[in-house]
Amino acid sequence: MTTSLADVASSNVTLRTFLHGLPGVDRVGADQRAAMLGTRSIKTTAKAEAIDLAIRMVDLTTLEGADTPGKVRAMCAKAVHPDPGDPSVPKVAAVCVYPDLVAQAVDALKGSGVKVASVATSFPSGRSSLDVKTTETAFAVAAGADEIDMVIDRGAFLAGDYVKVFEEIVAIKAACGAAHLKVILETGELSTYDNVRRASWLAMLAGGDFIKTSTGKVQPAATLPVTLIMLEAVRDFLATTGRKVGVKPAGGIRTTKDAVKMLVLVNETVGEGWLSPDWFRLGASTLLNDLLMQRQKMATGRYAGPDYFTLD
Amino acid sequence: MSKTERPSRARASAELAAEGPGERAQSRDSVRLAVRKTYKLYIGGAFPRSESGRSYVVTSSKGDFLANASKASRKDARDAVTAARKAFGGWSGATPYNRGQILYRVAEMLESRRAQFVAELSESGTKKAGEVVDAAVDRLVWYAGWADKIAAVTGSTNPVAGPYFNISSPEPTGVVAVVAPDEPLLGLISVIAPVIVTGNTCVVIASERAPLPSITLAEVLATSDLPAGVVNILTGSVKEIAPWLAAHMDVNALDLTGVGDENLAITCEEAAAENLKRVFRPTGADWSADPGTRRLTAFLETKTVWHPTGA
Amino acid sequence: MFEYAPAPESRDVVDIQPSYGLFIDGEFADGTGKSFKTINPASEEVLAEVATASEEDVDRAVRAARKAFGTWSAMPGSERAKYIFRIARIIQERSRELAVLESLDNGKPIRESRDVDLPLVAAHFFYYAGWADKLGYAGYGADPRPLGVAGQVIPWNFPLLMLAWKIAPALACGNTVVLKPAETTPLTALAFAEICRQADLPPGVVNIVTGAGETGAALVNHPDVNKVAFTGSTEVGRQIARSVAGSGKKVTLELGGKAANIVFEDAALDQAVEGIVNGIFFNQGHVCCAGSRLLVQESIATELLEALKRRLGTLRLGDPLDKNTDIGAINSAAQLARIRELSDAGEAEGAERWSPACSLPDKGFWFPPTIFTGVAQSHRIAREEVFGPVLSVLTFRTPAEAVEKANNTPFGLSAGVWTEKGSRILWVASKLRAGVVWANTFNKFDPTSPFGGYKESGYGREGGLHGLEAYLDV
Repeated sequence: MTTSLADVASSNVTLRTFLHGLPGVDRVGADQRAAMLGTRSIKTTAKAEAIDLAIRMVDLTTLEGADTPGKVRAMCAKAVHPDPGDPSVPKVAAVCVYPDLVAQAVDALKGSGVKVASVATSFPSGRSSLDVKTTETAFAVAAGADEIDMVIDRGAFLAGDYVKVFEEIVAIKAACGAAHLKVILETGELSTYDNVRRASWLAMLAGGDFIKTSTGKVQPAATLPVTLIMLEAVRDFLATTGRKVGVKPAGGIRTTKDAVKMLVLVNETVGEGWLSPDWFRLGASTLLNDLLMQRQKMATGRYAGPDYFTLD
Repeated sequence: MSKTERPSRARASAELAAEGPGERAQSRDSVRLAVRKTYKLYIGGAFPRSESGRSYVVTSSKGDFLANASKASRKDARDAVTAARKAFGGWSGATPYNRGQILYRVAEMLESRRAQFVAELSESGTKKAGEVVDAAVDRLVWYAGWADKIAAVTGSTNPVAGPYFNISSPEPTGVVAVVAPDEPLLGLISVIAPVIVTGNTCVVIASERAPLPSITLAEVLATSDLPAGVVNILTGSVKEIAPWLAAHMDVNALDLTGVGDENLAITCEEAAAENLKRVFRPTGADWSADPGTRRLTAFLETKTVWHPTGA
Repeated sequence: MFEYAPAPESRDVVDIQPSYGLFIDGEFADGTGKSFKTINPASEEVLAEVATASEEDVDRAVRAARKAFGTWSAMPGSERAKYIFRIARIIQERSRELAVLESLDNGKPIRESRDVDLPLVAAHFFYYAGWADKLGYAGYGADPRPLGVAGQVIPWNFPLLMLAWKIAPALACGNTVVLKPAETTPLTALAFAEICRQADLPPGVVNIVTGAGETGAALVNHPDVNKVAFTGSTEVGRQIARSVAGSGKKVTLELGGKAANIVFEDAALDQAVEGIVNGIFFNQGHVCCAGSRLLVQESIATELLEALKRRLGTLRLGDPLDKNTDIGAINSAAQLARIRELSDAGEAEGAERWSPACSLPDKGFWFPPTIFTGVAQSHRIAREEVFGPVLSVLTFRTPAEAVEKANNTPFGLSAGVWTEKGSRILWVASKLRAGVVWANTFNKFDPTSPFGGYKESGYGREGGLHGLEAYLDV
């Protein structure tokens, strides 16, 4: 990062000047660009490759109050062998659980190469003290989490207290230690695309390794235009600072078609440099089975039925 | 089929035959017992019975029993307003082109049910029912075309004396309560179409005497891609329901076309004054005449936008 | 890299006959002129043999139109409306077939014919259908009358859309028409003739005569034509204006352009880049209102050009029927030659030429997306209409300079302005001498919105309430 960019976080005035100096986003134009990319037709071999890549990018997620060790173990088994009947199906990138279930997930995934991600920072609202948030982060990391998905303080962001948002991310990043930090912007609450761009830059300036659209608890979540704007942000951030940041749309990605559209968006906005689980993830739960059904349809030539895929 | 009903059905069938190739088996087959339709209300895209559980007897112009129509209560009216309000955002936000397409689709669906409407109108005493149905279809087509034209005719750019861009355009007023006239199809279409084509939603009290075609029309609306709640149709007592709608604080305008009783009209107008509803109360309706644009403009607001011009 | 596999739209939805005649008085008839071949510009494959209408064929068509005019113009507007609504509906029903046919004959990407051309065609008929019984409300008097027989000549860049722009308002107002499609793209007009039959349109109300310039000249000069409507080059438009001078015929001309697309330093950059791309590479740049002159504020020129070049690298050129193609084929060998000639002139005059790495198919007519930088107002590529995927980039320093450069052309069809500042948009728009100004968007069309040019870009407007005037005796 250049010196001048490091300095922008010194006060709300400088942060505001910088963030509001970013080029605006015209909503209609951004929507139309995303919609146009959504019409790309991905067929045959390209679709087969896209499906396997999408599976490798999945952060298989369960974030329910009713989650239990049993549920997490079952999901971890699915993460390692998404289709028990077909060993050619790749593993997913990671599982994503609440902090108190990280230990179970770590245990269940030992030696598999599938990462364990944990939401932290009083997910999903983020409404607690910084102490609580850093403590929770440290707790998840100590339990073995490889990745932390934090939420930003949307209230502070909307109130214009950018420094508070920035410093919180910096503190959580510090609490992460070696764990990767994904910063959830909760774009559905930020509302405008200008805000999405500004929050993306704020999260990247503060040291986030990934920027992530949503918690999955607020609608709209991972829409195509919002993902497009975040991809443009990581592209421009790399060009400006030399540091590469990943992107994770999460929430509302349910079908293979949704996932393939996301990959098209990546391909035509930032290029192949981001077409890997290291730089692009799909936060989802039901998506995986649809990917498996489409995969089987391509292999057998007939439409698949949900009874033939495990529900874990 | 009851004995008392048979004559009117037979007349309807005879008229049908005269109208074209729409003869039905029932005119030849007197053995099979017909399955009758239950006429219910149309609220929020669904067909509920009145929450009051009431109904009233609807007879043909000869006094023969036709059906028990639902007798809507004030609570049904309240539910209908809620449905209309819920639909307003989406419907007024749809493109005029989209609204025009949907109204045209209603015309297509109405035309495809021509024989059914001719039969029902004949039963309720409408003369030359075939021509009336044709006129109703054409009326829908007329209003469908207005969807994306009314703004060009009633809007303007205003040459204000200063460095400002200034433009006025029409916008729908909101939820409109409509008392439909006793002209069960053409009159009904003529009051509903101009209200909704510009983006308003409505609650309609159907003709009290001949409510059945209005519910059949609801079946047309429900299968024409018209979003649920844009049109809600109540059958029952005008005198009972109209004052509740006239007083409802979430209704923006009132069309009293179908209120013949002078005292009731005054009661409604007075109630409407409370939240300054736009009240439309035309005199002397000739449903066969060129409808003009007054029913469109009656339920439109004009919005003017100023913006500076300067480099 | 994520390579997209070919995703071709099926050709099976269209049934192209080996040969086509003229459509006169509701019937297909042989022409007496020498027939010609129409080809697929993406492969040079012959699609069909098409009749040439001679002067006497044109006369027959005009007479059929004249005969039909009496009943058509006397018919109640509400009945005319229903015919036009029918046409709109049939176009919607057959839209995929027509889109494929358009892409085959014209070379444009199926994505555009499917998502832009065909929806607009149907919408245009739908819109003007609604006017047929409302002419008294359009502000031209209580009962405005039609003109009579309209002779209409349309270009090859949007064959069916230009047909819709011509025929829909003409019929709504009560005129009958004889229309000549371009000789390189006659097929969708002939499919439209069949649609008129499916709609039971009375014979003679629409007549289609195919052929080249001579057929067009015979049509516009026919003494019994009351109205001439032409879309095409300024050069031919000028000839038409000259040849009908003094005849009393009402004329509307929609001609060439050299639109400025002005990008200010405070524009939403990513969307501006999309708008520039859409402005000049939409339909291979075969668009009269294309944003062919990019005027960019000097303070962001480097950044914008870098972003633009990066974006051009993702454009997909190739098979027009592939659903992922962004840039299709150039419509004809003649047009390709003109684009090459002007591009070469640009280089010779000292502008710097750039194209992304892009392999062109062996067969057919192709030209890569091309940018010229360092262009001056005096260069031919800044003044003449290229009508191809070639963008000239110029810079400016102040809003006044941008407007001055934008207006410094004999054309005046369209312009674009990109800034997040509303008052600047409106100020620039008020100063631009152009018939259409797009702000923070480009190449948008709608049947309700009038389109047409200032100066040598022609006269008259098509679309909207204003589009009625061209077909009414007012």
